[in-house]
Amino acid sequence: MKAILTLDNLASGLVTTIWTPVFVAIFLAIIAYAFWPRNKAVFDEAASLPLREE
Amino acid sequence: MFSGCVFFQRESAMPQPSISKTMTTGESGLAFIFAVTAFLCLIASAKALDAPFAFHAALSAAASLAAVFFIINRYYDRPAALPPAEINGRPNYNMGPIKFTAFMAMFWGIAGFLVGLIIASQLAWPALNFDLPWIQFGRLRPLHTSAVIFAFGGNVLIGTSFYVVQKSCRARLVGDLAPWFVVLGYNYFILIAGTGYLLGVTQSKEYAEPEWYADLWLTIVWVAYLLVFLGTIIKRKEPHIFVANWFYLAFIVTIAVLHLGNNPALPVSFFGSKSYIAWGGIQDAMFQWWYGHNAVGFFLTAGFLAIMYYFIPKRAERPVYSYRLSIIHFWALIFLYIWAGPHHLHYTALPDWTQTLGMTFSIMLWMPSWGGMINGLMTLSGAWDKLRTDPVLRMLVVSVAFYGMSTFEGPMMSIKVVNSLSHYTDWTIGHVHSGALGWVGFVSFGALYCLVPWVWNRKGLYSLKLVNWHFWIATLGIVLYISAMWVSGILQGLMWRAYTSLGFLEYSFIETVEAMHPFYIIRAAGGALFLIGALIMAYNLWMTVRVGEQEVQMPVALQPAE
Repeated sequence: MKAILTLDNLASGLVTTIWTPVFVAIFLAIIAYAFWPRNKAVFDEAASLPLREE
Repeated sequence: MFSGCVFFQRESAMPQPSISKTMTTGESGLAFIFAVTAFLCLIASAKALDAPFAFHAALSAAASLAAVFFIINRYYDRPAALPPAEINGRPNYNMGPIKFTAFMAMFWGIAGFLVGLIIASQLAWPALNFDLPWIQFGRLRPLHTSAVIFAFGGNVLIGTSFYVVQKSCRARLVGDLAPWFVVLGYNYFILIAGTGYLLGVTQSKEYAEPEWYADLWLTIVWVAYLLVFLGTIIKRKEPHIFVANWFYLAFIVTIAVLHLGNNPALPVSFFGSKSYIAWGGIQDAMFQWWYGHNAVGFFLTAGFLAIMYYFIPKRAERPVYSYRLSIIHFWALIFLYIWAGPHHLHYTALPDWTQTLGMTFSIMLWMPSWGGMINGLMTLSGAWDKLRTDPVLRMLVVSVAFYGMSTFEGPMMSIKVVNSLSHYTDWTIGHVHSGALGWVGFVSFGALYCLVPWVWNRKGLYSLKLVNWHFWIATLGIVLYISAMWVSGILQGLMWRAYTSLGFLEYSFIETVEAMHPFYIIRAAGGALFLIGALIMAYNLWMTVRVGEQEVQMPVALQPAE
């Protein structure tokens, strides 16, 4: 039964639920990357990339 | 007639160093593979168990032979050296395959809109099916959806992606034959799929109707597409990978995953068209709508958002409003869309928690969708006046407005109580068409209006006035279409659920059909206007290529100072 706290149940529960915090963490990291002050210059330049090509 | 030379012009008359001419591995390998394929298809055609399969096998044998001739002819025509990646330090862009997709997009677009008009008319006046099996609603409907989504939309996506990836990476498309294999192979897949529907070949999965052999062929073509696209990104001269390329890449990769996930099938025989899907019951339904909704999310959204992020800044001559927002827009869309599929299966055998999950993610999707819409619209900051003078930009911007509208309507319809009224009614059809005609259609038209003068090296379009006519006629058509379907759909839903005081259903099915008849006529009229707009566009683009003024390419050093 699922309700019994065994190592197996704990492990399988962890495997199925771990993805929510993992994905949330990845997404938060992406937001941090997007707003990181040092990246601003690169992004500002990239914003006009279609206008710069030959 | 549009002769082949329009696409296959030699790109430059560079003096060729005298090297001995030999076939590349690609040329000889592909020619050999196609020769073998022609032989195998001939055998399959002779041993075929059903007539459509015999037809498709024979057609494939002929197409394979044509491919062998094409490759060998092209080899004899070309100079000894392959086109260089750069000429005088500037990228030598490969525009031939893009020209081909632009032409095919217009061709399939008109065919798809026309078939849409025919089936809309059949719904209003059923006698129009003339009791012929090949033009029954059930066969023409997948022909319509595939022609507009995969044939029209697909050619626009492949063409614009090949253009954008080259320009934004400042690198020539990788491969010599590979880009041609992608565009010709993809259109051959469309041909097999479309003729199959008319002959009654279908695996009966919505938007994934093609049978096993067409699916296998598409897999090969799609892998080649991924490799050409990725290879060009890897060879880029521009260090940053522009956001549009991220959207295109997500589209290509996810469509591959969806196609493989939804289509594992066991053919009844190697020599027959019929197959059975590996999935069964509710798992099959869930796989189908995981596929179906992500086809909306990654084919009809991510790919066309790539167009938005490149073509709107370029046409408006303004930078992307917020590049940071574009990054968050991209990843939020990727993280959320993949879970939204179960909203197609509300109140079915699908477990309740899965339905709620699909609904929740669909509602969350509203945020990235509107973030992206705002990013597209605000890119016009400082250039709003161009909407008055440039009908092409207006078309692109109105497409983004339609994107905003349909991505608000979609999450709303995914809410279970709303869905209990809207599901299986015309409201769904109206919703799909506000996205398909308004968003995908208009953004594609805008992109083609930009692309054709660029790749054919013309100063501008033949007539902006005709673009204006196209814009207003098509907009009127969309408004007629979607408002008719809103009224018809809600009417239909309310009639289905109406009870008498004694607890009996108030209306019979045929009474609902009768009530919807006027709206079906209005819808067909809307579709006719949309088709007329596309015909005007085709004429305009044709004249742009035929009589448009050549753009004179001035060397950079000689440009006058401003």
